[in-house]
Order: sequence, then C-alpha cells, then structure tokens
Amino acid sequence: MTAPRTLYDKIWDDHVVHQAEDGTCLLYIDRHLVHEVTSPQAFEGLRMTGRTVRAPEKTIAVPDHNVPTTLDRANAATMTEDSRIQVDALDKNAKDFGINYYPVSDVRQGIVHIVGPEQGWTLPGMTVVCGDSHTATHGAFGSLAHGIGTSEVEHVLATQTLIQRKGKNMKVEITGSLRPGVTAKDITLSVIGETGTAGGTGYVIEYCGQAIRELSMEGRMTVCNMAIEGGARAGLIAPDEKTFAYCMGRPHAPKGAKWEAAVAYWKTLFSDDDAHWDKVVTLKGEDIAPVVTWGTSPEDVLPITGTVPAASDFTGGKVEAAQRSLDYMGLTPGMKLSDIKIDTVFIGSCTNGRIEDLRAAAAILKGKKKKDGIRAMVVPGSGLVRAQAEEEGLAQIFIDAGFEWRLAGCSMCLAMNPDQLTPGERCAATSNRNFEGRQGRGGRTHLMSPAMAAAAALTGHLTDVRELMGETV
Amino acid sequence: MDKFTTLTGIAAPMPLVNIDTDMIIPKQFLKTIQRSGLGKNLFDEMRYTQDGAEIPDFVLNQPAYRSAEIIVAGDNFGCGSSREHAPWALLDFGIRCVIATSFADIFYNNCFKNGILPIVMPQDVVDVLMADARRGANARMTVDLVAQTVTTSDGQSFGFEVDSHRKHCLLNGLDDIGLTLEKAAAIDSYEARTATTRPWA
Repeated sequence: MTAPRTLYDKIWDDHVVHQAEDGTCLLYIDRHLVHEVTSPQAFEGLRMTGRTVRAPEKTIAVPDHNVPTTLDRANAATMTEDSRIQVDALDKNAKDFGINYYPVSDVRQGIVHIVGPEQGWTLPGMTVVCGDSHTATHGAFGSLAHGIGTSEVEHVLATQTLIQRKGKNMKVEITGSLRPGVTAKDITLSVIGETGTAGGTGYVIEYCGQAIRELSMEGRMTVCNMAIEGGARAGLIAPDEKTFAYCMGRPHAPKGAKWEAAVAYWKTLFSDDDAHWDKVVTLKGEDIAPVVTWGTSPEDVLPITGTVPAASDFTGGKVEAAQRSLDYMGLTPGMKLSDIKIDTVFIGSCTNGRIEDLRAAAAILKGKKKKDGIRAMVVPGSGLVRAQAEEEGLAQIFIDAGFEWRLAGCSMCLAMNPDQLTPGERCAATSNRNFEGRQGRGGRTHLMSPAMAAAAALTGHLTDVRELMGETV
Repeated sequence: MDKFTTLTGIAAPMPLVNIDTDMIIPKQFLKTIQRSGLGKNLFDEMRYTQDGAEIPDFVLNQPAYRSAEIIVAGDNFGCGSSREHAPWALLDFGIRCVIATSFADIFYNNCFKNGILPIVMPQDVVDVLMADARRGANARMTVDLVAQTVTTSDGQSFGFEVDSHRKHCLLNGLDDIGLTLEKAAAIDSYEARTATTRPWA
C-alpha cells in the first residue's frame, strides 16, 4: 500500500527520469510552449553548441507579447524594429528547428496560455513549461505547469527535461458557492490578499472546494493563472468531467482508444484523502466580494466597498512599500475605492481574455455606452476567441458600447506592443500585474474582473458591478 | 557561465520589499535577442527620469555605489515575471550576489544559471548587512560560497544555506545542459516507457 499522495505528488512521481542522491530530480517535460521574448537566446544557444530540439513534436511556439493588436497589423510598419526582429527570429527558429508554430497570420494565433489549451496541447497529468511565469494557467487541467527562465528554455529544448527539486504542497480550499457578481478573478485576487505575494513561495498550490468545482474551465484557468502572483510557481486543480469535456475533440487531444485510456488515467489524478499538506488556506466562497487592487503589488487587494488604506495600516517593510504605492498611484488614504476615477479600460490578457470573460463583460455592457472620454479596448486572447465572440454577437456589443475591438495578443497587460498607458493614466485592467510601469511608464493599474472592468467603463470610476446588476450588497 | 567562489565588494542597500522584475528591467528592454548589454537599463525607471537623466537619489547613482557588486534587499526580491533579463541586467551591471530575506522562485533559480549567488538570510541578519551596506564604498562585504558565509566590513560573519547541486555548478561554472545530456540513456528509456503508459502525451 503506497502512502497517500497529493495530485502534485502523483504528477511529479510519474515524470521523474532520474533522481540524484541529494534529491535533485530530472523531470520529464510533456509540453514546451514558446513565445518570442524569452526564446531567442535559447535557440541561439542551441546553434552555438550544435544541439537540436529533442522533441519538436512536443514544442509549440506562438508570437504574442510584441504583436500589435490593431486591425492593420499585417502591415509590418505597425511594429517597431526591435519587436519585428523578435517575431522574425521566432518565425525562423520555428522553421529551422521544426517545431509546431502559429504565426501572426494564423487565425489560431493568440496568447500562448490561451492557445495551448484551446488546441488541446495542454492535457491533465502533463508537465507543461514555458518561458513565462503565467504558465501556471495550465494547472487548471490538473497538469503541473510553471514558468522557466531562458536558460531552462534552452535546457528543455535540448533535453526535454528540467533539473528540479520538489516543492511543498499547499491546499487552498474555497468552500461554498460564490455570490452573484463574484468571479474566478475575485477568488484568485482574494487568495493573494490573504497569503501575500510571497505566501506561496516554495509551494505548489492545489485549489479545491465547492466554489472551485463550480467554476468553468475558463474560470479555473483564471484562478491558476495568478498562482504566481501569490508566489507559487504552479497552481493545480484536479481534473473532472468538466475538464474531460473541455479537452474532448480538440485538435491535439487523443482520439478513440487513446482517449479512453487517457480518461481512465486522468481519473486517478486527485489528492488522496489523507495526503499531507504543508500549508492549508481556507476561504468561504460566500465571503468573497468583487475586489480591486489599490497599490502596486497584487497583494494590495480590497473589496470594492472598501477605502484606500494608509501606510500606517501596515507593518515592517510594507509600510515604506505602501507609501511608495500610494504616491505612485496618486491616492489619498481614506477615499472610497468606488470614487477612484479612471481613464482607460483594458479587457484581455492570459488571465481574462477567454470567451467566458468576454461574455461576462458584454453582459454588463449590453445596450449601454461607455462613459464619455474613457479609452476602452477589448483584446481577445486568441484569433479563435475573437471569431467566437463575433459569432455570439459579443463583438457588436463591445463596439456599440464604444470599445475598440482588437486582434489577439498580450497587448496592454505588459505593454511590449504599442498598447500602453501614458504617465498618470489610470486603467481598470483585467490583467494580472499592477507593478509600477507595468502597463507603461507612470501608468496606474487597478486589477479586477472583466465584469468589474466593464462596470468601470460605464461609470468612469471603479464601481461595484453588483449595483449595475441590481444585486443587494 | 563564470565561476563564483568568493567575492569581496561594495554592497548597495535597497531596503524595499517586493522588488519585482519589472523594476529590475522594464519590458521595453526585453526586445533584445542577446543576453548582454542590459546593465545600463538595470532598474531603469527608478534610475533615470523620462528624459534619461540620472536620478541622483537612487542608490546605484550615488558615487559610493556605482560599482556595487552586491545588493542587500527586502522580502520577495525578484517577484513577477520569469524574464531571465533580470539576472542578465544585474550581471551586466556587475552584481554577482543578492542578499534578501526571501526570493521569488523563478528569479532565484535564474540567478544560478548566470553565475549570480542569491542568499537568503533571516531578517535580523539582513538588518545587520543593510546597516553595513549603508556605510558606503569603504565598507566591503565578503561572500564566501565555499565556506557559505557572508562577512561584514567589521568582521561579523553569518552562515547561509545553499543547495549542494547549485553550489557545485556555481563553484565550477558548469553548464546544466551538458550534465543532463550525460543522462541521455535515462531520458531515452523514460520516453520508451511512457510511449506505452501514456501514449497520448
């Protein structure tokens, strides 16, 4: 009889190629996702050493960070020269090394963490890595997925393995059900508010509980996506019937007898009842409110009904950091969060650029117009999300509400393409990081759910979406 | 990768928590296809005004710290993105060691791949090292990876922990990929095994 194991333990055990005496493991990697920013130096390293890509059929590349999202992007002049060089380098590397590739011109192009699941590359029980910290997204399928640096990208390209030491197990349980107007984004931000941005350092998080089970796959991806903002390299959710239904029929999902065998294996992927947890955090789903961030760290999160804190509300090193955040964000302690006026609304990113996110925003915007003077844009996470949103009539709702309806990419989440904030510009954003300068030098970011961002677009200030839904708070 | 054995150098005090990778190297400098040349943009938005003029108050612009080789910082250094441009920028500036109470996992790991030693110390030790760093260019700290100690300019010595594999690689400047390729037979047999147990993967 084997000792009880967590989901993380099980996936780990099934991927150990070699274990050294000091506990360092060589871990096999099932899927390697690649984008244009963190890979050029890795491919160059292979060339310089005469090495090849060991498993090109398990390597998938797509340009996303630099690509313009305006409708004229087929025109090369829409990209700066250095951006173009990076995208061209990925084009060439994909061709030279024979890896799977979705170029900018392909309708399937999009943010790497949206394309992977969409195309069926990401499946339960796999190990998935990418030179991008939001690789944690894929954990929603019950796959062990985390970000790596460029040296490790080169290592995986050359060997299809990573040198790893096992992390600790942390359980984050969300009991009960969410209230109306509260979404996966509010769960993940509230967890970070509870644990802090270093609370998950050294751990792999498994999210569980009724509220997690009740989320769609899109919502689960949103939750796992921000595990990294809580310090955990990876977040996991045990696969279930929703997971299998999402995967079935996707282009790279198994078919026929292989599918049956896969599902049988996937059904063994759950944490055993008596498994050991190094840390447990429990939140009540009913207690989670729609939240926003006020500062420059994702842990600076409060319910929208709250007020801007003062630096003196904190202790230790956080006092200075909070003061720095308040100064940077241009906020006065004590002011109501719902009185914060915004200039811009950004709906998109690997956190909230999926079809369900666009549906949630469109439901708030339907038949209404954004506040005059607000800049508002929707950037679908992939070309296929964009096409589906057009088919469902969502695109027209956004356009009628005065939003720009863009092509797929990372866009204003990190502003490596032309979509940027100007100094002092304040943005209601559905992305994942509110760091200083993240969306453009001097730009001020408030993180929130797509429904909350849509509500802010209508009123011109941070707004409790429940008021627009006729819900009592 | 350059070896790391011992280092005696100037330590810059950065007593801020959550120094993120966007601060260390803002995204506009990620559009390079090389590893070198990022040192001039290290901490760019804290170090320069929008017009590119130096901000005199910023620690690495102060005469005492312009040639710092060590940074002493607060909790959760290197949080945020996986960009290896962060350690590349530190290294290109000349930083070979960062000492903090905690590090973000991916950044911590990326340091070792580039010959930078990240050291975790408890708060009371970081407080002592921070005070030593504040004494400026005449106060040189010594980091000894072999002995696993940090010694202040006035001779106070503190031990630190480091993973044995990573220590070995840093001391010898070893390339991980070369080491792993020596285990190619184990990878081959793993792939052969999973071709039957998980043929869909």
